[in-house]
Amino acid sequence: MRDYPLPARLYIEVVLLAAAIAVALSVLSVTAWGPTALLLALMVVLERTRFDLVAQGDVAASVGTVMTLPVATAAYIIDGPAAATLVGASALAVAGRTGWVKRVFNAAQFALAAGAAGLVYVWLGGPTHALANSDFPGVLLPILAANLAYCVINAVLLAGVLWFAQGAPPLIVLRGTILQSAPSYLGYGLFGLMIAVLWVGVGIGPLSAVLVMLPLFVARWAIAQYALERSAYEATIRTLVRAVETKDHYTRGHSERVSHASVMIAKVLGMGDDRLHALRYAGILHDVGKLGVPTKILQKTGRLTDAEFQAIALHPVRGREMVEGIEFLGEAFEGILHHHERLDGRGYPMGLTGEEIPEFARVIAVADAFDSMTSTRSYRGARTVQEAVDELIANRGTQFDPRMVDAMIAALEREPWQHRPAEQLTPEDGEFLPVAVDHDDPAFQPVVLGERRSPRPPR
Amino acid sequence: MSPQRAGARAPQRQRFIDEVRGTGLIVVAALLLLVFAVVQTALYGFPEGQVGIAIAFCGLIAIGEMVRISLPGDREAAPLGAAGALAYALLGPVGEVNTSHDLWQVITVAGVGTFIGALPHVAAGRAPRSDQIARRILVTAFAAAMFRPLYVLGGFADDSRWDDAVELVLIAALAVLVDAVLAALVRADRERAPFTRALADEIRAGLGLSSAVAATGVLIALAASTMGLWAIPVFCLPLLLVQFSFRRYAAIRETYLQTIRSLSRVTEVGGYTETGHVGRVANLSRSVGLELGLSDSDLRDLEYAALMHDLGQLSLLEPIPGGATVFANVADQHRIADGGAEVIRQTGVLDQVATIVERQADPYRRPHEQVDRSLPMASRIIKAANAYDDLVGGSLESDRRLEALERLRLGMAYDFDPRVVETLARVVGRGARV
Repeated sequence: MRDYPLPARLYIEVVLLAAAIAVALSVLSVTAWGPTALLLALMVVLERTRFDLVAQGDVAASVGTVMTLPVATAAYIIDGPAAATLVGASALAVAGRTGWVKRVFNAAQFALAAGAAGLVYVWLGGPTHALANSDFPGVLLPILAANLAYCVINAVLLAGVLWFAQGAPPLIVLRGTILQSAPSYLGYGLFGLMIAVLWVGVGIGPLSAVLVMLPLFVARWAIAQYALERSAYEATIRTLVRAVETKDHYTRGHSERVSHASVMIAKVLGMGDDRLHALRYAGILHDVGKLGVPTKILQKTGRLTDAEFQAIALHPVRGREMVEGIEFLGEAFEGILHHHERLDGRGYPMGLTGEEIPEFARVIAVADAFDSMTSTRSYRGARTVQEAVDELIANRGTQFDPRMVDAMIAALEREPWQHRPAEQLTPEDGEFLPVAVDHDDPAFQPVVLGERRSPRPPR
Repeated sequence: MSPQRAGARAPQRQRFIDEVRGTGLIVVAALLLLVFAVVQTALYGFPEGQVGIAIAFCGLIAIGEMVRISLPGDREAAPLGAAGALAYALLGPVGEVNTSHDLWQVITVAGVGTFIGALPHVAAGRAPRSDQIARRILVTAFAAAMFRPLYVLGGFADDSRWDDAVELVLIAALAVLVDAVLAALVRADRERAPFTRALADEIRAGLGLSSAVAATGVLIALAASTMGLWAIPVFCLPLLLVQFSFRRYAAIRETYLQTIRSLSRVTEVGGYTETGHVGRVANLSRSVGLELGLSDSDLRDLEYAALMHDLGQLSLLEPIPGGATVFANVADQHRIADGGAEVIRQTGVLDQVATIVERQADPYRRPHEQVDRSLPMASRIIKAANAYDDLVGGSLESDRRLEALERLRLGMAYDFDPRVVETLARVVGRGARV
């Protein structure tokens, strides 16, 4: 508690006091202790079995977190606002590593929100303790209003603590929280109605809560599994790509930086989430085909023969072949295959020109060249970001798509390039070796495949 | 055509009989039940004024079948369809109507709904497996056989809905159990896995989803008494959420496997191993692992480890000729194993797999020592499968196969686990696609 500034401490204390009064009043005014106690017990069980959720900011997270609301909704229909307040306060029992201040505050927050929702429900004439066929569909309106109230009060209390404790702009937090959570809150209210219908309408009592919450619980379990699996997947793909990069020490981390830069460009271009996702992986995997190139050619010093260059020029094709089995990549396949095409048609492997080159490939080409120039290579030190940008501009329209170059520059203004050359290896003997060809570096772009030789990728 | 072809006839027939035993029985039983039920229903029709209810549930089952999902471990599920069929079997009053459909009508509705829902899949060339449909029909028939006579004779107790609800929950729980047993029978049969192992796997993999299905079936059946047919869309909502969550989970599992498969080919593209080697070792290891009764999660680790077993070759300066590690010296074999394991361990999430890869070069037994119990079964399997494939390659000649098996048997005293070698011999002897 001492870590919080004085206004935040006062604010938290006021909220806690209000919640304590609400809880005390509720304890005195609960009429049907049987159902209320059972709902509380159910809530505690649910809270104690929280799963770790890694994924955030998508539906997955909202499936995971909103478990209080259905039970609170059932509580105010079955036994009025007092029962809902107590259900909200049961968040005190939540499992996990949350600090006690946070935990107590959250419980107070939920208690007040649930109590207010119950009051709104009763005030709008929602029936308690019984539901008859004639109550449908009229009962839906008070429920929607009540859960909207829950959502707003919850967001207001949250915005307040963030404002006092961290100085976050309250209106923006408020708007964000409400917009993000309102739809799912209204939806979850229906689950509360389901419990109530069976409890007091059909008359099967607490069994209804167990039966309704069971599918939700299973859904949450599956989402938790999904989140775990997804982070494992990310870790695995990164590690394997890094293992591939061990073939050439100077390219360590290159794939991930290209992925990062590609996403920066794509965000400026306003690509949708699905395409961003695919592009991210296209960036990570773009050079995977280099494994098919003999190490001695990759690390060769001196000018490459025509045959050796052909071997290097095959790496996008090999890469494309390798990742063929990964279905979700979709558009990324083209990005990997064509990331060495040039706008003027002098690139490889197919010598496409202009708009023929898939958009992903044009993005990756710029990101690839940029990272290659700003990192240390065996034959030279890293160039500064400004030098790399100048080089991109110099090749704007001949090698690179002007739109992508402009987007890269705009992206760099938004978000400075984080990767320092110091993080990377420098040549151990302090000298740079002479190398004729760096296939990623525009300054060294070979012109061996001057014209279109093959309309299809060589197999 | 080899001269052995004629002699292979008899074993082939035996194999057919083997394969048909468990699954075939289930499918034939379900088919007979269904045909009888449809004839019965065609002769006597549905109870007066309840055709609408039957059509509503038939529609739900059909939609559920249309949006069925694939799950990890080569499983399929149609949660909505299963819940709809269960609900119709357990249906009491719908609003004012006291339903009086019998067992045969339940089976008809479940069967017809499933077939209608399967039509789009058939048209798209993804016909559902017959055992899936058979299981649905048998489980629904089981629940209906338990409940319909009770209900049609006695109705629900007027005073206590609680008792009725408990009765429904019990029947639904038993149905979940029956479904798991049928699924395990099919699996044990199809993958030649031991039955108890298969049952444990089915319960572990399916319990979450099928308990959600059972709960939804019971909820619809109960709520229909006050809400009428509105209970169907309302109480399917939570199950839709479940289906959505499982679909995402299944998708990421699939992507994970596809990615490992693709990236495991780095050693082939890099010229370190012969083309197709990694995939063949993975398939062979999986078949052997199945037959040795490894659990689902152990099989998954085995498959990942088999796919990445040669990853350590990337750290070698010069590729081994042909990539066959069986010809490499022992020190190199260990270096490859350790190098691969180190990379895999860096992921931070595949420790088991790393251990398996690390120990693939270890002998089963060292001279004058006891068998090393800590050597993972998966490592022994990969060691044998890798050696076998290095010796045989993609070749289908039986001479080479026998020669390779002979060599593995000679190594049984120390290098290979005799049980693994015997199982491997059985698997390749069957001509399993490896």
